[in-house]
Amino acid sequence: MTRYIIRRLLQAIPTLIGISILSFILVNAAPGDPITMRTFGDPRMTEEAREILRRQLGLDQPAIVQYFAWMTGLSVRQGDQVAMMTTPGNTCGYIGAINVTVCDGGGGILRGDLGTSIDTKQPVWARIVERMPATLELGITSLLLSLFIGVPLGVLSAVYRGSLFDNLVRFFAVIFRAIPIFWMALILILVFSVVLGWLPTGGRQTVSLTQEFNLGDRIRHIILPAAVLAFGGIAGFSRIMRTETLEVLHTDYIRTAQAKGLSPNNVWFVHAFRNALIPLMTVMGPAIVGVLGGAVVVETIFAWPGMGRLTVNAAFQQDYPVVLGAGMFFAVLTIIGYMLSDIFYAVVDPRVRFD
Amino acid sequence: MTTTAQTQTPSAKSASAAETAKVLSRPSRSFWRDAWSRLLHNKAAVAGALVILFFMFVAIFAPLLAPHNPLELNSGKGFLPPMWVENSSTGKAGTPEFILGTDNLGRDVLSRVIYGARVSMVVGFIPTLIIVVVGVSLGMISGYFGGSTDNLLMRLTDIVYAFPDLLFFIIVMTALRATALGQFLNGLFLLFVALALVNWVGVARLVRGQVLSLKEKDFVLASRAVGAKDTRIMIRHILPNSLGVIIVAMAFLIPGAIITEAILGYLGLGLRPSTDPTDIFITSWGSMLLEGQTAINNQPWILLAPAIAVALVVLSFNFLGDGLRDALDPRLRE
Repeated sequence: MTRYIIRRLLQAIPTLIGISILSFILVNAAPGDPITMRTFGDPRMTEEAREILRRQLGLDQPAIVQYFAWMTGLSVRQGDQVAMMTTPGNTCGYIGAINVTVCDGGGGILRGDLGTSIDTKQPVWARIVERMPATLELGITSLLLSLFIGVPLGVLSAVYRGSLFDNLVRFFAVIFRAIPIFWMALILILVFSVVLGWLPTGGRQTVSLTQEFNLGDRIRHIILPAAVLAFGGIAGFSRIMRTETLEVLHTDYIRTAQAKGLSPNNVWFVHAFRNALIPLMTVMGPAIVGVLGGAVVVETIFAWPGMGRLTVNAAFQQDYPVVLGAGMFFAVLTIIGYMLSDIFYAVVDPRVRFD
Repeated sequence: MTTTAQTQTPSAKSASAAETAKVLSRPSRSFWRDAWSRLLHNKAAVAGALVILFFMFVAIFAPLLAPHNPLELNSGKGFLPPMWVENSSTGKAGTPEFILGTDNLGRDVLSRVIYGARVSMVVGFIPTLIIVVVGVSLGMISGYFGGSTDNLLMRLTDIVYAFPDLLFFIIVMTALRATALGQFLNGLFLLFVALALVNWVGVARLVRGQVLSLKEKDFVLASRAVGAKDTRIMIRHILPNSLGVIIVAMAFLIPGAIITEAILGYLGLGLRPSTDPTDIFITSWGSMLLEGQTAINNQPWILLAPAIAVALVVLSFNFLGDGLRDALDPRLRE
């Protein structure tokens, strides 16, 4: 098992390198640069001043040098520029043989530093950590909602197979699987916030001067986004649980349990339910990944101050270090999600062996 | 000839032989004919297909169907409510002239929704065709030849999988929107490219899986034994046997692309709404959702009309996709 996990981790390395290259190429393909965009039409800015700013951020360098600097924290420049580039926190050395100056800014992805936001001058890590609780709050709430609603619906639907209840559950599962969360979000805002005025249209809490914690207010704010994110999960979980419970109900050990004279409740909820849970574990990974991806949509529409919104806003404002850093962070979470699901699978089902 | 001879002999034995002969001489039902009749018996799938055909018709004949020019500004007639509302929040009454009312500039909402169908249909079908061509070719090569090609392609798919789709679309659209590529076809072309870049992965993996199982089958071994070349085996034997899976995947890719357009339009990153009457693509449902969101208190139908249209189209494709899956692979039926 340990060997398997190590192998999976090693496999993730080329994937992550690939993602870093791909996303770096993408953001660098944009015409213009963040400095021009931020200082456009500013009468105090001269072209020389812009040039100095670009230089400070290394934006004047070729893309491959920028990529290298982003990854390792080492910036490379032609010629002897030690005097010019040395600043506090930036030690430089001149390598005469190849006529370049190498500066060590102390950061770099490989050293766990995602860089610094152009807009807020904060480390990207700090911005991610600041937004994490909101995303976790939303993600966990919606996962719990979908589990605690979807699983019982699926089991009951299998137990009362063919009943009106079963048909209703299946009908809504089809609808909710097909309806995009984006659409759901718009319509729920329209109904519950605009027309009925019951719930806020977005945000995590009501904006006030004191910003003190108010549980009721927080709950009112999370209902809509969490519900929107949970719909897909409820539909998916109920479908899987229905199929699996039906399958388990036809097995020999259930017949044995029934033959022993156990009560139907005991048979269904102790014997059938627990075995039907196995496949659920395998979809937990993709479900977590789905919630992450969905969070990007939901956070954007509901102005939820999480990581998804952070990244989307950074993309709009061309705050590249944040886009790249947060993108890498998302990718790592996704890879871990898939990996956990494979490991869970083996843990709950001893029939699965790692090769 | 022997059967005819036997039927002429009046004996019990030959009578049953005649029955068998009758059964055998019935036109044989191919797999596709079978699947087709299964599909026609699926009410939801047929209804979905009809709705899709309806929207395709609307998209093609938009200029004939739209009651107004979607770009025509009617000053003083902004934010008219739909015709059945007599007193809206803006204090205006609807007229039969503008069935679903007008937007802030007095443009007819119904006509704009009709024109919006064009973008959704094109965004649904064109990238999907590219995705299928690329995904199927790469998936076949990867699965058939295996080895380092396979390894490289699968690592490539890992990369695309590990990145949230929407984030990728937003980065591509924000980064390249101002370039010539991003201006082409009012930004639609870039959207096609982005959709193709993300979605070929799923098709490639699916087809690869199919190829891996099919290439071990006896009929592949048999055709190799008679000296068929790799390309012939792939095109004549493996591709037709994977076609069902590919068709089902297409049916689910199309609504995915339509939704992506709607989200990006809503974020202001989709089609650039046009003011040029000679353009084929004037507005999209996604862009209308964005306009409608800001005007929701004045004229909710700017949002509702495209929202209903998106939901109808997406649900229809899903019903059709479910129907196709049941028809083409009855084993997968729930």
